[in-house]
Amino acid sequence: MTLKAVEINHLSIKFNEQLILNDINFSIEEKDFMAIIGPNGGGKTTLLKVILGLLTPDEGKVKVFGKDPKKAKDLMGYLPQRLDFDHDFPINVFETVLMGRYHGLLKKYSNQDHKAVIQALKDVEMDELKDRQISKLSGGQMQRVFIARAIVRDPKLLIMDEPMASIDPEMQHSFYELMSRLKNKMAIVLVSHDVGAVSTHVDKIACLNQKLYYHGPVEDSAEGLEEVYHCPIELISHGIPHRVLKEH
Amino acid sequence: MLELFQYQFMQRALIAAVLVSISCGVVGSYVVIKKIVSLSGAISHAAFGGVGLGYFLGVNPVLAAIPFSIISAISIGGVKQITNISEDTAIGILWSVGMAIGVIFINLTPGYAPDLFSYLFGSILTVSNTDLYIMFVLDLVIIAIVFLFRREFLAVSFDEEFSNVVGLHALLVYMLLLALVALSVVVLIKVVGVILIRALFTIPAAISKQYTYNLRNLMIIATILAIILTSLGLILSFIFNLASGATIVMVLAAAFLISYYIKG
Ligand SMILES: Nc1ncnc2c1ncn2[C@@H]1O[C@H](COP(=O)(O)OP(=O)(O)OP(=O)(O)O)[C@@H](O)[C@H]1O
Ligand SMILES: [Mg+2]
Repeated sequence: MTLKAVEINHLSIKFNEQLILNDINFSIEEKDFMAIIGPNGGGKTTLLKVILGLLTPDEGKVKVFGKDPKKAKDLMGYLPQRLDFDHDFPINVFETVLMGRYHGLLKKYSNQDHKAVIQALKDVEMDELKDRQISKLSGGQMQRVFIARAIVRDPKLLIMDEPMASIDPEMQHSFYELMSRLKNKMAIVLVSHDVGAVSTHVDKIACLNQKLYYHGPVEDSAEGLEEVYHCPIELISHGIPHRVLKEH
Repeated sequence: MLELFQYQFMQRALIAAVLVSISCGVVGSYVVIKKIVSLSGAISHAAFGGVGLGYFLGVNPVLAAIPFSIISAISIGGVKQITNISEDTAIGILWSVGMAIGVIFINLTPGYAPDLFSYLFGSILTVSNTDLYIMFVLDLVIIAIVFLFRREFLAVSFDEEFSNVVGLHALLVYMLLLALVALSVVVLIKVVGVILIRALFTIPAAISKQYTYNLRNLMIIATILAIILTSLGLILSFIFNLASGATIVMVLAAAFLISYYIKG
């Protein structure tokens, strides 16, 4: 029996008495490449934060590689949806990514950590800008740096909340190439609103809008998608790029 | 002008200026990049409660301010997590309650009314040898903590959520950082007083931040700048017979304007 990357049973979570996630049951296999789609406010980010151990569910059980999420932190890499930090912060690209290699109190970053940072920066084509201060990057370049920070840990589970936000088409292509290289080594979950692009690349899809409407291989997902998105079936199954409910 | 430094109180004042500058250069850099300026204000005013307690109990007021300011720093840090009181509200409450406690303790203290003015606005010329020892030891403690936890402080200042993701207890680190601010307040309290402390935390670091993008360099530049500016303020206050704390703050403010003008 192989250990599942994520196993969720009867998960419910409320904010201010309002049910945000309702009785979610699903699992992510060890080498899954999965996209979570759903409307704004559907609870996608909340679900990811529960998996990361940043939020504690009101009901239900979450296991990451058989462990409590809080005890599985060294196995996960994370790209947040909103990067709200001070853009004037005194830190450069290299130092930002290096934080992704944090090992614990009083532990130094090793040579190996430094090499991993350079490799991750190469993967997102940002190694030449490694000494640049973070505020001197464009939005898309910044996003790439944070993708590097997520993958630099060599996680067993890579969690990305809207990695495609402000990434140009060329980088988008190399992003999916990078993902297909990584997916043999780890489980990947990403949130996206670009159903077309996603469904040509990922293996599985989950549709989330408070409840989990669909969860399975891409081909069969039409029905669930329709319910959540009110989106014609053909568009999805043929993988025509079709932006639904794009933010802003 | 050099004969100024023949006076012992002047020598002590200069040493105090250096000790103060180390603490506000290092901790002030965090205060500025983490944007906790008003929080540092609350901690310094809460420390005044400790000063009052010190008078009441008959112990050194600066020493009494240490536990007082640390406890208030940690409780502000935790309040957002444990209750649904916002940090902003907690700051407002602690700010005045700390002052009120200080005043009440001093009311209750029998005998003469101590020189409150020096704790409110500072008086670098009355710094004693004991004060200098306390400041020196606290500076050492601050530097040691920053050296040991520099990775954690950087991570939590930059991105608390991500710090939690990589297995760092962001809240504990944040509280430690606030405790550091509290220690630093105690270093500064005699020299500039609770009301003017914030200027020392913010101005040297804010000026230096315009010239570097590296945190360690920021701390070094801010410290050197603070040494120069506080010494200058001290000398000017002596020459023109003005209150030292206020003069130092005005020198800092002038430097800030000049640097802003040059850079902007
Ligand atoms: N900290 C919070 N406190 C209160 N309510 C919250 C909090 N975080 C999220 N919510 C609510 O939970 C719901 C789900 O939010 P979530 O961010 O998970 O949605 P999402 O699917 O990621 O949306 P989007 O596509 O806009 O990113 C929203 O209605 C939001 O208002
Ligand atoms: Mg979201």
